Amino acid sequence: MTEITTEKARIGAPSAQPFINGFTEEGESLSPINSTESKAPLAGASAKSHSHGGGVGIPDSSRAGRLTSYNLADFKPLTGMEEDWRFTPLKRLRGLHTDALTGTAPEVLVTAPLGVLVETVDRNDNRIGSAAIPEDRVSANAWENFTEATVITVPAEAQVADEISVLITGQGTEASAQHIVIEAKKFSKAVVVLDHQGTAVVSQNVEILVGDGADLTVISLQEWHDDSVHASSQQAKLGRDAKFKHIVVSLGGDLVRMTPSARFTATGAEVELLGLYFADAGQHLEQRLFVDHSVANCKSNVLYKGALQGKNAHTVWVGDVLIRKEAEGTDTYEANRNLVLTDGARADSVPNLEIETGLIEGAGHASATGRFDDEHLFYLMARGISEEVARRLVVRGFLNEIIQKIKVPALEERLTAAVERELAATNN
Amino acid sequence: MSTLEIKDLHVSIDTEQGTKEILKGVSLTIKTGETHAIMGPNGSGKSTLASTIAGHPRYNVTGGTITLDGEDVLAMSVDERARAGLFLAMQYPVEVPGVSMTNFLRTAKTAIDGEAPSLRHWTKDVKAAMAQLRIDADFTQRNVNEGFSGGEKKRVEILQLELFKPRFAILDETDSGLDVDALKVVSEGVNRAHAEGNMGTLLITHYTRILRYIKPDFVHVFVDGQVVEEGGPELADRLEEEGYDRYAKGAGAASIAAAAAAAQA
Repeated sequence: MTEITTEKARIGAPSAQPFINGFTEEGESLSPINSTESKAPLAGASAKSHSHGGGVGIPDSSRAGRLTSYNLADFKPLTGMEEDWRFTPLKRLRGLHTDALTGTAPEVLVTAPLGVLVETVDRNDNRIGSAAIPEDRVSANAWENFTEATVITVPAEAQVADEISVLITGQGTEASAQHIVIEAKKFSKAVVVLDHQGTAVVSQNVEILVGDGADLTVISLQEWHDDSVHASSQQAKLGRDAKFKHIVVSLGGDLVRMTPSARFTATGAEVELLGLYFADAGQHLEQRLFVDHSVANCKSNVLYKGALQGKNAHTVWVGDVLIRKEAEGTDTYEANRNLVLTDGARADSVPNLEIETGLIEGAGHASATGRFDDEHLFYLMARGISEEVARRLVVRGFLNEIIQKIKVPALEERLTAAVERELAATNN
Repeated sequence: MSTLEIKDLHVSIDTEQGTKEILKGVSLTIKTGETHAIMGPNGSGKSTLASTIAGHPRYNVTGGTITLDGEDVLAMSVDERARAGLFLAMQYPVEVPGVSMTNFLRTAKTAIDGEAPSLRHWTKDVKAAMAQLRIDADFTQRNVNEGFSGGEKKRVEILQLELFKPRFAILDETDSGLDVDALKVVSEGVNRAHAEGNMGTLLITHYTRILRYIKPDFVHVFVDGQVVEEGGPELADRLEEEGYDRYAKGAGAASIAAAAAAAQA
């Protein structure tokens, strides 16, 4: 495979911030940042100020300095110049960043095995805000506008074998807001599938709480109709020894922007963030994830794989991993792989790794964008394999790595079929 | 008995400097059971001939014909040619990401035969063929050619040759870059396939070394896009001693061709 490798590392912080004590180009001696007040699980020091970002001593360019707030007014109107919006075509957000989100929210239908508690609550419920604070304007806009939330609770020690299916059906193109809370209480085990279908223009906040020793898998599947716009902030907070697997699968929709994050509150927890996306002509599929290693001895592993085909198919993957000073013993790896199938498609890939302590098990990142080119095709066809089958072989093989990790047989079959459909639909 | 017939083949490629003619009227007839060696210096058009027979899109046929038992090969797509029984062992096999060797071999075999091979026999055949070519069993789990060394890639090409059982095998410098041991292993594979009696072989090589292991019935010398001399295995021996220099000297390829033709007449 012809590999065009784009790797950008940001270890430590830029040297252009001389006002910060103790910075060196190598990013060592960064203690002033985290020594005092960033024990908060939800965000950096800025969370406490509830306003204009960049807590004391935190450079704007560090992920720790990102503004977080429940108030829409704290976020400036978007210009498209912001680091976290620079790849997103704002015009196609259909007002998610500018309008009051008063449209009908997508309908939520939860099918859960016995023992799982499903509630619809109003916005004053005390569980709201327990795992997340909006990190961008679109997320804050949803927070400001949602009227009721779905809360799914897996009781302590419950071992739920069948997946909890959350069917989310769009109700049209009026800009809307949605809020979902998923809590797996301590020592429980469950799989939740957020299954997005139909037509929607929606900004969504999903709060995920993984209790001590709990094992939770959340799969967010975007099979929207082509006219849909979906921004989804899915923030997880992990307890001690918790295991969390998050899988993004984005196939349908005009613009889908997923911002999953995982934050550790106690030692021994593990997260696995996986993603699969397949962009066709004109689609914009964006994923920006954040793993915040703020406590010692936690693990994270990130793998996103994407295929692109058709004119102006655009995918964006930005992976921010932050290892704070106190997160000794961290073990983390993140990777993104893209396979460009035709001319005219564009894959942006930016892995960011910030390391503030050297006392870690391991930290790595990788990104590669390859092209399925005429030589691959020729090789396979010269062995009697038709062009259509050749293309399918390559893409199926490439994306299967993620599908196989889902471990929900019915869903794996469905996704394999969906990938085949993607290939058939736009096979030139 | 099959016949692969190439008649007055003219092939050009598009370059930045414009169209460049590489093959300038090549004629060649290969029958089942025959081994033809095509030899020539670098840039003489040997590999172009191989790629053109297989149907690589880079090469434009501007004149002449290629037929397989009378069927127009040039009218076939790349995969149709393979299914018709043509096999090109490539000089530089490409790495195909995401596709395991197992999956690839089975898919190709199914495409070529028109039906899926019986699973039990197939697995056995693959294992046996791999063992004979001294390819590690774990290669089947790896992606096609991904991370294989040059020698491993060539062995895997011959593995496919043995498994797919083509009517005509075109070996494009399969010997280049191989050490003597690997060369022997690869040659044995070709000889095994040939010994089954249903295959004609077009062996393209720069060196005479491989001809110690694979005995050609005919030797064709390529210079500047044309066959300038043809003969039996003794011609290879002569090339071994004299090299290609004598073709490069003197009045050029065309006159040598004319002289050779006159000598034959």
